Amino acid sequence: MLQSTFTLKENNRLTPSVHELKLQGDCSAITAPGQFVQVSVPGKFLRRPFSVCDVADDVLTLCVRVSGEGTDALCALPVGTELDLLTGLGNGFDLSEVSPMPLLIGGGSGVGALYGLAKALLQRGRIVHAALCFRTAEDMYYVNQFKALGAEVTVFTEDGSAGEAGNALFALMLPHWDVFACGPLGMLRSLDDACENPLQISLEARMGCGFGACMGCTIETEDGPRRVCKDGPVFQGQTIVWPDENEE
Amino acid sequence: MNTSVNLCGITLSNPIIPASGTFGYGREFAELYDINCLGTFSCKGTTAQPRLGNPTPRIAEGSCGMLNAVGLQNPGIDAVIAEELPALERVFHKPIIANVCGFSVAEYVTVAKKFDACPSVGWLEVNISCPNVHGGGMGFGTSCESAAEVTAAVKAAVQKPVIVKLTPNVTDIASIAKACEDAGADALSLINTVMAMRIDLNTKQPVLKNITGGLSGPAVFPLALRMVWQVYEAVRIPIIGLGGVSSARDVIEMMLAGATAVGVGAANLKNPFICKQMVETLPDIMLQYEIENLKDIIGRAHRN
Repeated sequence: MLQSTFTLKENNRLTPSVHELKLQGDCSAITAPGQFVQVSVPGKFLRRPFSVCDVADDVLTLCVRVSGEGTDALCALPVGTELDLLTGLGNGFDLSEVSPMPLLIGGGSGVGALYGLAKALLQRGRIVHAALCFRTAEDMYYVNQFKALGAEVTVFTEDGSAGEAGNALFALMLPHWDVFACGPLGMLRSLDDACENPLQISLEARMGCGFGACMGCTIETEDGPRRVCKDGPVFQGQTIVWPDENEE
Repeated sequence: MNTSVNLCGITLSNPIIPASGTFGYGREFAELYDINCLGTFSCKGTTAQPRLGNPTPRIAEGSCGMLNAVGLQNPGIDAVIAEELPALERVFHKPIIANVCGFSVAEYVTVAKKFDACPSVGWLEVNISCPNVHGGGMGFGTSCESAAEVTAAVKAAVQKPVIVKLTPNVTDIASIAKACEDAGADALSLINTVMAMRIDLNTKQPVLKNITGGLSGPAVFPLALRMVWQVYEAVRIPIIGLGGVSSARDVIEMMLAGATAVGVGAANLKNPFICKQMVETLPDIMLQYEIENLKDIIGRAHRN
């Protein structure tokens, strides 16, 4: 983990609620796709965690969904703003045993988080199929970016307004061996229930510190309690003990 | 220039102590910097049995601080002694403060006795102030009688100095402090978090699954300072002052109010290097305020 200052170089509004932020600084602590950063937002006490979408030299890319005061303030910042970041957090995806034909399933704000993974897998000679799932056509982003990388892309929208009609579960009907998924918890949970092949899930959580100290983001797993921030955010499928639905 | 202080007969090279629940068992921070620069630290609250804690979400935010409702997640005293302390001893060479939690007087005694036998433990911090567990924690810290009962029971069972950690969620903290002193406490630490809550405007429901959580961070610093001031007037035993401390200046201010040593909690979670930075800047700040010997300013604000 590294604490350092980054400069906001680009702030692009991709959809009504998703911004792409490009930040320049020391990216040396980021070692695997699927890791995340903690961004200190001016005026907010707690940092905000975001998956790293891409790293190119000294520029990292985040896709930020505006979901509250903190992300709203972050996405309103002008280019040139300096931000305090913790980088190189979390485990990232395990790329040691990836099949020749991995399927990536991204939902909503999780789509951007799979971009760096797609890039890394294509560099390793894999045939990457990306299923990008959105609520509606207006929410779509990064479709062309995945295509430009060389991934095969299938878009799903829940209302059928673009691409195939359906949700992330429909993506499992695409030919695949192993699966990598990032998106809302409900989507990940249904994929974990339905997917019979090797699966890696990148979780999101409300975090305190982001580096394993506060125990704020603990989940239950087959191996006991685990911290999403330090032991994750990527977990193997079939290992998470999802909370009792009656309690939700 | 001298930054050392004495806490119950043990010298600390400086008064800065990461607070329980924000520093784990030290391992995460030892990966980031040499934690031997710290005076000591207080480990995660430990119970007799392993605890998963409360359901999530158990973190929320306030304007100048955070709320937590973790609920004492910990691996249990036996696993702490078998796994955490040996790992810690490899990277930290000073005695630690062992934070003792329980749901009954007997549980406090059990955990305290096991920690008391560990060479790496210097002090026992009896946590009668956790607001996030039901039937334990703060339940013992809100009346003079139960606070004294836990204190006396632990004192009778252990050799090492006993620090009792007090809750601010009471009407008169000074009377509870006095009751703990009378029951044999060797020191006091205050404050634990302030009971608080947030509501999500979208869902129109409490943000925290536990409904309430403990507020910490800069928002509570003036409140904590006031309580340290009041307790200093009521007791003769040393006080660890904590609550929203975020800078070397805050350390000085806490000591002026009566603290012998100073805990740092939520600030660690925002800036994992904050305690190291405070240790490093403390001499400069002392110079700026013409403080030669840090011991001399303990409770200084009470004297004209």
